[in-house]
Amino acid sequence: MKCRTCGAKAAVNMRQHKLALCKQHFLDWVPIQTARFIKKYRMFGPEERVLVAVSGGKDSLSLWDILHRLGYQADGLYLGLGIDEGLGYSDESRRLTEQFARQHGLKLHIVDVQATYGYDIPTLSALTHRGQNRPCAVCGVVKRHEMNRIARDLGYDVLATGHNLDDEASVLFGNTLSWQAEFLLRQGPVLPAHDGLARKVKPLCRFYEKEMTAYALLRGIEYIYEECPFSAGSTTIYYKELLNRLENDRPGAKLAFYLKFLEARENGLFRSSLDSSQPMYNCPSCGQPTQYEGKCSFCRMIEKVQPA
Amino acid sequence: MTVKLVLRGKEYEVKPGMTLLDSLKKIDVLPESVIAVRDGEMILEDEILKDGDVVKLVAVISGGAQ
Repeated sequence: MKCRTCGAKAAVNMRQHKLALCKQHFLDWVPIQTARFIKKYRMFGPEERVLVAVSGGKDSLSLWDILHRLGYQADGLYLGLGIDEGLGYSDESRRLTEQFARQHGLKLHIVDVQATYGYDIPTLSALTHRGQNRPCAVCGVVKRHEMNRIARDLGYDVLATGHNLDDEASVLFGNTLSWQAEFLLRQGPVLPAHDGLARKVKPLCRFYEKEMTAYALLRGIEYIYEECPFSAGSTTIYYKELLNRLENDRPGAKLAFYLKFLEARENGLFRSSLDSSQPMYNCPSCGQPTQYEGKCSFCRMIEKVQPA
Repeated sequence: MTVKLVLRGKEYEVKPGMTLLDSLKKIDVLPESVIAVRDGEMILEDEILKDGDVVKLVAVISGGAQ
């Protein structure tokens, strides 16, 4: 297979775009496309300060790399979750994130959950009896809260995450299977700023996971290859595998599923459900938005585990 | 002699002369879920695998709950 741009041997073939590119032209193409998505979805401008949530994985490190190459003011935020499981998972992901920041001369903020709140994620999960022996639900609540808090406290305009198209399509698939209209309404490349919280954006939302892996490998980005030990057997991974089977038979199916959803949402498919959705409240403890009156789920959880 | 495919530490053997695509089908791995690397270079589905080739398959799927 030949590179469409220069005719050299291709390194990446994107069947959904009918486009094959060599290493150099693929590494040029990714930032150009990212810049196009940032502009198309009005994610942020060059004057705004961006905080990139980095986990040490291929997507978030690649996002940071791309934004840096595009010249944006992008600092990193690493959350130390204290996940070990005999693999030293969090230690290794932190080491790789710090190494990337150092090599590229980038500013990295590190927040350690245990040092800040007294417990790591698995302990918080066990103490609160949430998540049926898996800390993923607690992890999601903590990450969301801490990313919002740090972005707000440090005055960032935008919080960027490395979600790729496979992440978005699998969440969409799950929410569609159960017709979660309110979740469907909130899913998109941009979540607007709300009550002092930074705008949330997903600049990689139109790249396939395979493309982001190719980008990380071709750029020589050292990332944590192993999965979070708690993600094995997760529903998200199962949905990704199902969608990849579909993609294998019908190239472009994943992309069309996501893009046509965005179009349908834009055209008001879920508008009536928005009208009847519950109002948002502000947590009296941390000030972050919450769906129900009173403290948010994060503050309730921390209150529960604090000694009386 | 054979071609060796390695995915997450597990080794598979296929006959030389097949394309990467056919080799992946043979071992029941979806091409969409891996990137193939031979001698440090990424190779595509139409690549014909030769005797003695060792191909590392890099899994692309990541992520649990969001």
